[in-house]
Amino acid sequence: MSPTISCDSVYKIFGANANKLLADSNGSVDAKQFQEAGCIVGVNNASFDVEKGEMLVVMGLSGSGKSTLLRCISRLTDATAGKILVDGEDICLMNNKQLVELRREKMGMVFQNFALLPHKTVIENIAFPLQVKGVSTENSMYKALEMVELVGLKGRENYFPRELSGGQQQRVGIARSLAVEPDIWFLDEPFSALDPLIRKEMQDEFLRLQGVLNKTIMFVTHDFDEALRLADRIAIMKDGIIEQLDTPGNIVLNPATDYVKKFTEDVPREKVLKIESIMDPKDTNASDNLKVSKDDIIESVAEKILNSKEIIKVIDPKDSSEVGSINPSKVIKVLFGG
Amino acid sequence: MDKNYLETIRNSKPAQFGILIFIFLILYFLIPQSENNYLWRLPSVLKGIPLAINNVIFNALYEWFPLKVWDPVFEMYEEKAAFREFTKAVSQGLLFLITVVRELLLGGDKIIDVFVSDSWLKENDWLSWPALPWTATTVGAFLLGYQLNGIRLGLLGGIGALYISVFGNYVPSIQTLSFVLITTPICFVLGLSFGIWGYLDKKVETALQPVLNVMQTMPQFAYLVPIIALFGLGDHAGSIATIIIATPPMIRNTILGLKRISPEVVEAGLMSGCTKPQLLFKVLIPAARRDILNGVNTVIMQCLAMVVIASFVGAKGLGLNLKIALNSLKIGKAAEAGLCIVIIAVILDRFTKAWADKQKDYFENLTFFQRYKLLIIFAISVVIFSIIAFISGGYFDKINYLYVIPIEKGLTIAHYIDGAVDWVWETFFYSLNSFNKFLLTQVLGPMKHAYLGMPVIATFTLAMGAAYIVGNARTALIVGGMLLFIALSEYWDRALITMYMGSFAVIMASLNGIILGSIFGRTERGGRILLSFCDFFETFPSFVYLIPVIFLFNITDTSVLIAAIVYATVPATRYTVWGLKSVPLSLHEAGTMSGVSAFQRWTNIEIPIAFPTVMLGVNQTVVFSLQMVILGALIGTEDLGQIIFGALSRTKDGAGVALTLGIFVSLIAICVDVIVRNWAEERKKALGLA
Ligand SMILES: Nc1ncnc2c1ncn2[C@@H]1O[C@H](COP(=O)(O)OP(=O)(O)OP(=O)(O)O)[C@@H](O)[C@H]1O
Ligand SMILES: [Mg+2]
Repeated sequence: MSPTISCDSVYKIFGANANKLLADSNGSVDAKQFQEAGCIVGVNNASFDVEKGEMLVVMGLSGSGKSTLLRCISRLTDATAGKILVDGEDICLMNNKQLVELRREKMGMVFQNFALLPHKTVIENIAFPLQVKGVSTENSMYKALEMVELVGLKGRENYFPRELSGGQQQRVGIARSLAVEPDIWFLDEPFSALDPLIRKEMQDEFLRLQGVLNKTIMFVTHDFDEALRLADRIAIMKDGIIEQLDTPGNIVLNPATDYVKKFTEDVPREKVLKIESIMDPKDTNASDNLKVSKDDIIESVAEKILNSKEIIKVIDPKDSSEVGSINPSKVIKVLFGG
Repeated sequence: MDKNYLETIRNSKPAQFGILIFIFLILYFLIPQSENNYLWRLPSVLKGIPLAINNVIFNALYEWFPLKVWDPVFEMYEEKAAFREFTKAVSQGLLFLITVVRELLLGGDKIIDVFVSDSWLKENDWLSWPALPWTATTVGAFLLGYQLNGIRLGLLGGIGALYISVFGNYVPSIQTLSFVLITTPICFVLGLSFGIWGYLDKKVETALQPVLNVMQTMPQFAYLVPIIALFGLGDHAGSIATIIIATPPMIRNTILGLKRISPEVVEAGLMSGCTKPQLLFKVLIPAARRDILNGVNTVIMQCLAMVVIASFVGAKGLGLNLKIALNSLKIGKAAEAGLCIVIIAVILDRFTKAWADKQKDYFENLTFFQRYKLLIIFAISVVIFSIIAFISGGYFDKINYLYVIPIEKGLTIAHYIDGAVDWVWETFFYSLNSFNKFLLTQVLGPMKHAYLGMPVIATFTLAMGAAYIVGNARTALIVGGMLLFIALSEYWDRALITMYMGSFAVIMASLNGIILGSIFGRTERGGRILLSFCDFFETFPSFVYLIPVIFLFNITDTSVLIAAIVYATVPATRYTVWGLKSVPLSLHEAGTMSGVSAFQRWTNIEIPIAFPTVMLGVNQTVVFSLQMVILGALIGTEDLGQIIFGALSRTKDGAGVALTLGIFVSLIAICVDVIVRNWAEERKKALGLA
């Protein structure tokens, strides 16, 4: 089956003569050079796939082109060059009508600053995508009410955005983006305007939702902890270039470039690594009292393992078969170094 | 010269200004006054422009694009210019609309006349639309206010209408109101359309900016003669003049409002799957609602500010009454008419603001009667009061007071006002007169003389030099180019007089505003009170300011200048308060910690930080002052305004003269604007606020 999103050498360059400069450069774009020529490089040669049901987290410093990449894929802006396939269809070739159709049926987006319509109440904001689609008022309100419940805003349907806290506003944004039941869900730093406590709460909420909905997701964030909690894979961007795109574990263990290395240096490994990455082969001495899954993040089971003081069996969560063993001393090594 | 010395000058603006003024003074005293000296006055090579403009207008009216039109009376085709047919159609359409509203409220048979034959109408006397009794109107004003924002606004509307009716100003007020009711929607639609167009297309916006600048700084008088030429005299001509004046702020408000919408909201609309029209009507316009409705408020205020001026081209109503009263120096009458305009302005202002702030409750579950309760009450009261008025018609002879109280029969306090004015005159004649004389002979006279004695080269050096110092060579060239246009006409001396009056008013108003703003604006509460005073004074149409001063100082430059100063103090005060508010608290605290006195704080911390904002206020002051100075022509001055005003009676090239001079005034305002704006920007940058 073809991937849900597929990007092939996508470029986005801002500036008057971007097209000409890009054509002259033969695909190797140097951000500095372009800047001297009066162009800003937003996305530089991005190629990657996102599979159905996968969550790709895009990271990078401010100005690294994360939002621009998302905008290209949702065609809020036109990519300067490259091919972007969504469910096998090239969106760069779509006309306005097809594009409206695509957004109405397949895509949902959550914005960093909520972007709620100030003149509409909570329920009207959520029903808005349905109403522009032509769903009857009654049906769209019914559906919107369902969404209100899903994001836990029941009782606040008739509030205006300005009467809500940041966390509540973002719930409305999430509900709105989900109202049309999109397959693809874009989230551009959805939680970065929230304070840490609420952010944590919203992340849990988000994971719960994703557990239920299982959508294909591109999620932009600044926050490595957030990325680690959520991601199937992480893409790290710098000056428009995707420096590395891999699983969290690989990014931390095998950084592809110095930049990625620096980026991940301070990340505590136990937060990233799965048991799998430090387990030993099957061991007949392993105790039967305790089993851990190979997909468990080390940090989450470290206490258990250390308390048991014996070698523990590691199993595959799919069929509960034994796949290896783990020695507490290995865990100590990861936790305390040495 | 010493290199260090040059460096200092390059870095010090005050030093540069000092040198500029030095050069200016040298030029001022060295250039001999002689007609043939081009350094003294430039030759008026552009003398022909007014006539040329005039010719274009008349050509357009009578010669361009002739159409063959069937004349039913002579049963033959006639050649008629397309443009003329167009202006005719516009005039008739507007006039019809105004008449409809007027007759709906005041009664009459003109509209019925359109649909039935003349003779039949004459035979059937009963065939006439009944007037809306003033009692019903009063109830209506109360209910509308109540609906919009509760009992207080209701009382404002009701009492206002009651006053107007009982004092016999019902008919002219309704005439004025019908004028506003037709003109406002037209301005709204035009302003919204152009605003949206400008928002969607950057090129259109760039093209609109200078046009709007000129339109908003042109004196209103300048449009009158061309409008008479194109559209004739009547209420519709007044309406067109008002549309020209009131649409630009609507366009600006629309663009401003749309631009203020965060790009994310637009993107959210797109991602929700909006088509282009859906995006416009469901996202953009509603999201900019507040600014757009503020635009409507401005339009209404402009309409009322225009009523007197519109009366010069034939608009009926309060404006005409006020003009007539002013012309015959009937202070009391003029004050009463002016008060009615202010009342209508205040009511409409508060009503539209309440409307703008009113959020619809989509989820209230009301029955038909609950929802339309007030409307039903109004309908019932109209019927009841009409029946009462109709039945009791027999009790009055000739005039039925229950429909309309005519102006001669209404209550009046005009004679008290006249008495009070007389008393003031008799009591203070000596002091008023000597103050007036002192000002005229010791201050204004010499100042005017000094302006007129300024060689043209000195004026240019000063203006372009200032522009260069605060901006760059381009700024200087823009300013120079605009002034050159005026200097090459035959009206340079008049323009100098306008500049003298304008600059006197601007300086005084700015000082007033800065001092008032600084005294009251330093506390939160004081600032708020002062701002609400500004709001209050801003609802007064400009010419209202002329009424009291004429009585105190007669028809002299003093009157006009005092009116201009009072009028222009409002924006200066407002921006000063805003500017002081923008001073960060941390700076205040830093000041307190370094032990500054109140005065030091003002001069060293508050004023420098607030300066860029204050300068924007000064900019507004310039526009306000010039407007009033030109308006002063109404009561007699001798600057450009007087000629623009006089153009009303020039048949040969009136339209051209009025337009040309109007543009001159606008150019003067724009020159000052360019310099002041650059200066403010530069200060902002220097303070790191940009
Ligand atoms: N419309 C635009 N015109 C010109 N340059 C732009 C435009 N939009 C973005 N850029 C530039 O493209 C680069 C990438 O911007 P982008 O918004 O994608 O960054 P980001 O990674 O999302 O940053 P942040 O974390 O701050 O949101 C930046 O240098 C930005 O200045
Ligand atoms: Mg971003």
